[in-house]
Amino acid sequence: MKKILLVETRLLLRDWAAILFALLLPVLLVVGLGQIPDLRKSDPNFGGERFVDAQLPAQMILLALLTVSFTMLPNVMATYREQGVLRRMSTTPVHPSRLLGAQLLISLCYAAFGAAAVIFTAWLVLGSAIPAQFFGFVLVFLLGSAAMLALGLVIASIAPNAKTAPTIGTAVMFPLMFLAGMWVPREVMPDALRTASDYSVVGPFINAMRDTWAGDWPELSHLAVMTAGLALFSALAVKLFRWE
Amino acid sequence: MNVIEVENLHKRYKDQVAVDDVSFEVRAGEIFGILGPNGSGKTTTVECVSGLRIPDRGVIRVAGIDPVRERDALRRVLGVQLQSATLPEKMKVGEALDLYASFYPEPADWRELLERVGLGAKRDSMVGKISGGQRQRLSVALALVGKPRITVLDELTTGLDPQARRDTWELVEQVRDSGVTVVLVTHFMEEAQRLCDRMALIDTGRIVATDTPAGLIERVGGGKRMRFRPSAPVDDAVLLALPEVTGVTRDGGQVVVTGTGDLAVAVTLALTGLKIVPGDLHVEETTLDDAFVALTGRKSA
Repeated sequence: MKKILLVETRLLLRDWAAILFALLLPVLLVVGLGQIPDLRKSDPNFGGERFVDAQLPAQMILLALLTVSFTMLPNVMATYREQGVLRRMSTTPVHPSRLLGAQLLISLCYAAFGAAAVIFTAWLVLGSAIPAQFFGFVLVFLLGSAAMLALGLVIASIAPNAKTAPTIGTAVMFPLMFLAGMWVPREVMPDALRTASDYSVVGPFINAMRDTWAGDWPELSHLAVMTAGLALFSALAVKLFRWE
Repeated sequence: MNVIEVENLHKRYKDQVAVDDVSFEVRAGEIFGILGPNGSGKTTTVECVSGLRIPDRGVIRVAGIDPVRERDALRRVLGVQLQSATLPEKMKVGEALDLYASFYPEPADWRELLERVGLGAKRDSMVGKISGGQRQRLSVALALVGKPRITVLDELTTGLDPQARRDTWELVEQVRDSGVTVVLVTHFMEEAQRLCDRMALIDTGRIVATDTPAGLIERVGGGKRMRFRPSAPVDDAVLLALPEVTGVTRDGGQVVVTGTGDLAVAVTLALTGLKIVPGDLHVEETTLDDAFVALTGRKSA
């Protein structure tokens, strides 16, 4: 497994321009949206906080995570399947789960790197806070990321080829961004929509992140929804996975 | 000793029968060819042997191992080079071997293996940047990195230029000489004739014949034919008196002699004794290609 991790990381770094570009958007949005004066005023919708304090970085972390989960991961796996990389590997004694595990771990690191870049940029440019309940934040981030990456693997498994994987990924990504409140803040969503958001994994993910920003531990219900999502998606990913 | 035994193998996809009652044995230390046109069921057969597909019926044993039930054990004795399998383009040649070596409990020394297949200088080249012949060599090295007793090489030389093809053939012979049993899947008659100790001729999912290349040619008559322009008139009776000669005909100024065994040598010696020189000498032998056409009743690829 160590060797797979090493080689796969090297392969990823050989495409460093592409991976940096994928993380550039969330970081640039932090800087760009941070220049809008209204977003820098204290907002009663967020309990008097400024939008840029926790809402903006949390959403940009989600954007980075969704990009990794629904663009990069399914793309790599579907390409490997299409080219027969997985088929080649299936003729050796190595257990397939090693490759899957290595890919998940690398994607997680990649998403974490994106999150760190967002937090750092927001702190540097906008003076946004760093999550006050830092361990809680890490817990929420890891749990939410694992759930989203598992969903990304489900997409990788159902995509017939490398071309359709990003298409399906994007089709899943945008509704999730909407449910997370990226365009319409959750606070002003109609009740039905907010309920949908509450069960969408990304809704609790955003809320729990904001809680940890404010210094609170994440709510159990938020953690429960994310855990359920992780269990469901990873079971599906394992069930649907195929080598060719 | 047989290292592979296949008995009454059947496999169908949806409404199409791919492999229909195929049986054969592969002996230790030989290059065994599975020869047939595209779509004849060759690849499906070796995929079943390699445990990549589950047969509908039939018994397969590879070094005594059941490929379906004992996949892990099979992976350790069988190295597979697949037709439709590649590596990531940006992976380096050395990395690929190092990685695949790490999948096996007791791998070969991959650096030495790299030298053996003639890719020592390409260690730091990316897989996407090397030539087709080099990629096939790498593929063979990957199949050998687990120190298998048996290796399956599927359509190894398809798409290679003649020189690369010859180099690859040499490599396959080296592999056999190092003690690894080779199962070679191919649709090139020339390749099979050159490399295989024995082979199974397969057509539309069925085995037509299993034999040595010479044996297969023998089955369809195995005749030889030579034609030449004699420097002086030669009597048919002189030639017909030779045990190797079965017939003599004339074609314009040319003499056409048919026969068996060392026909050309016998006839040339007899003519030399009469101080006659056979000009424009052509010797034609029945090839595996002819045998294939005769045995299946259709043209080969």
